[in-house]
Amino acid sequence: MIKVHSAAGGTILTGRNFKPQANSMPKVSLFIPCFVDQLTPEVGFDVVRVLRRIGCEVEFPEAQTCCGQPAFNSGYWDDARPLAERFVRVFRASETVVCPSGSCTTMVRNFYPELLAGTALREEAASLGRRVFEFSEFLVNVARVTEVGAVFPHRVAFHDACHGLRELHIKNEPRELLRRVRGIDFVEMPLSEECCGFGGTFAVKFDMISAAMGETKAGNAEASGAEYVAAIDPSCLLHLDGILRRRKSRVQTIHLASILARTGAPAEAEPSKAVPQENR
Amino acid sequence: MSTAAREFLRNAAQKAADRANQRNIRRAIEHYNESAREGRARFLDWEAARQQCHEIKWEALNHLDEYLVEFEERVKERGGHVFWAETGEDARRYVADLAKSRGVRTIVKSKSMVTEEIHLTPALEKIGIQVLETDLGEFIVQLRNEPPSHIVMPAMHLSRGQISKLFQEKLGAEATEDPAKLVAVARQTLRRAFFSAEMGITGANFLIADSGMIAITTNEGNDRLGTAIPRIHVAITGIEKVLPRLEDLALFWPVLAAAGTGQRITVYNTLIGGPRAADEIDGPEEFHVILLDNGRTELLADAEQRDVLHCIRCGACLNACPVFRTIGGHAYGTTYSGPVGSVLTPHTRGLAEFQHLSFASSLCGACTSVCPVKIDLHHHLLQNRRNAVRASDRPWLERAAFSIWRWTMMGQRRFAAAGQLGRTLLRGLYAMGVEATPLDPLRPWTRRRAASAIPRKSFRAMWGQGGGKE
Repeated sequence: MIKVHSAAGGTILTGRNFKPQANSMPKVSLFIPCFVDQLTPEVGFDVVRVLRRIGCEVEFPEAQTCCGQPAFNSGYWDDARPLAERFVRVFRASETVVCPSGSCTTMVRNFYPELLAGTALREEAASLGRRVFEFSEFLVNVARVTEVGAVFPHRVAFHDACHGLRELHIKNEPRELLRRVRGIDFVEMPLSEECCGFGGTFAVKFDMISAAMGETKAGNAEASGAEYVAAIDPSCLLHLDGILRRRKSRVQTIHLASILARTGAPAEAEPSKAVPQENR
Repeated sequence: MSTAAREFLRNAAQKAADRANQRNIRRAIEHYNESAREGRARFLDWEAARQQCHEIKWEALNHLDEYLVEFEERVKERGGHVFWAETGEDARRYVADLAKSRGVRTIVKSKSMVTEEIHLTPALEKIGIQVLETDLGEFIVQLRNEPPSHIVMPAMHLSRGQISKLFQEKLGAEATEDPAKLVAVARQTLRRAFFSAEMGITGANFLIADSGMIAITTNEGNDRLGTAIPRIHVAITGIEKVLPRLEDLALFWPVLAAAGTGQRITVYNTLIGGPRAADEIDGPEEFHVILLDNGRTELLADAEQRDVLHCIRCGACLNACPVFRTIGGHAYGTTYSGPVGSVLTPHTRGLAEFQHLSFASSLCGACTSVCPVKIDLHHHLLQNRRNAVRASDRPWLERAAFSIWRWTMMGQRRFAAAGQLGRTLLRGLYAMGVEATPLDPLRPWTRRRAASAIPRKSFRAMWGQGGGKE
């Protein structure tokens, strides 16, 4: 058992013996973006682990599919609209919705009101948008927790994913969480706010520009000396992971939730393995 | 796909692979970033300044009809001429006719994006008039016979070594990379031209309605020589450049300087209200202002995007744009490049031909966050995409794909089944080693990235099988 002093002044426990202090955490409905569901499910489970550890009850509304952002950002608003309406219906009873992606959170909070303007669900969408939170902003601003009992003895740099940074104004929340991780060596990378080049369909429509932007980001991650580059958006990480591995970089990508989920227990999967053994 | 789009793809691919070009651009932008950070920090409240600029521009554009007429009246009172040009062709013809009728053989030009927009120089050269760019950066790109690659830094894509070589080849200059010596070479050529030219052409950064003056901002003072010495001064500018009051410059001059270069204030700020008056010792005999529309009133009628006319051409959005940093200005193939160019060009030159620029963005929003007059740039890119879909200007395959995608996503079982099928297929194919080969269904993705491991089960499948239990 390790004792450390929390910022608030009290002594709390970290590592495997961490116990949540709060006793009235909100009940959380998970919003798992469609590509996280299909391609990086472990990020979803890492979110669940952290939320439960701090005392949240977690449910997963299984009727959810996609928020509609791919169509919306490609200009197909008429295809995106029924999905937005569907999303509002699926989550209408949820008290608090948490999503491990700044981009998908932005879609619901900032763009649903515009997309659903003039429809019956517009007001309900706007009110739902105020209950949907990106994972790090939920922890820091809603649950008021920065210490989640995580252990991650590695050098980590943080990439500011664009939608989180500029649409949701998330800048300090992930850093506050990372700085409280035991054993971590947190470093700032050069130009952390510059886009990694993913950009949805942009990544395949203009793959040469997207990849060149990714190379720049990869170079900056390497220059920071980090072993891991972390972010709050799995889409950036998917792109960056492909770029980094193609250039045989020693830097690996990791979602913030996957760092916070690690407590140093021997049974935990190696963080470097994107897909755990049992799901390969 | 339009011709312009095909050309863009070709150019962008070439520039995205050109690391030397990117180094030149990044070096210039790095220097800019440092100055601009200091420039913004000099304001007590930069955000409030942006908001105020936005509101003044909003007011000016909402009363454009009154302010422009007020401007015209003041200029005419002082003996100047004002010509309203509906199109680029109208403006070109006015200048050409004026030059011919006054026997003009040489024109000195200071930096102006509007003259680039209407391709003025080639039109004048065609009738035998020599046109010399007098801004150093513009002088350099003119020697290279290429357009400026940036609104404020026209030669930012070139290294000092490239400029030195250019001066050796074209001007017979000595080999040197000393900036002061390079400037001296240009100055020598330009000074002679200022004294022999019969006409000076400038743009205008602002038109001041209440005092009937044009405001020109430069760092080299070339505008002053070009407007004070030649007999005739022609200023060409877009109708959106109007500001209601002279005192508005107290805000706009420092804001333009901070956003454009990071300076406290640009070195030379000139106000010109007419030809030389009887009691003045210098200035031109004739003063002409051309107010160019060229599609701007149509943009004004677009309630969603009319704030694009707020643009003061500071170039901040170009510098902030990661796409611009990667491919540079020339790849765009348009007069105005970067985010503002991608938003503006479909309005002035057609959505069908130039919609691709609105798709060539990651929608990162860096442009919007730096714009000193608060143009909602990246949302306009998104709206242009929507407009392209509405106008049925997108490939049928893409339309069909999104219809199928929507149908799939409208049912959780369909989504789960499609996902399972897709992953199983991909896992099978990748096990057979098709990754990154032409047979790879994810080829557009894996052409430039390693494929990620595809999980056997989705989140929902594992949750349903008890993975969600504590």
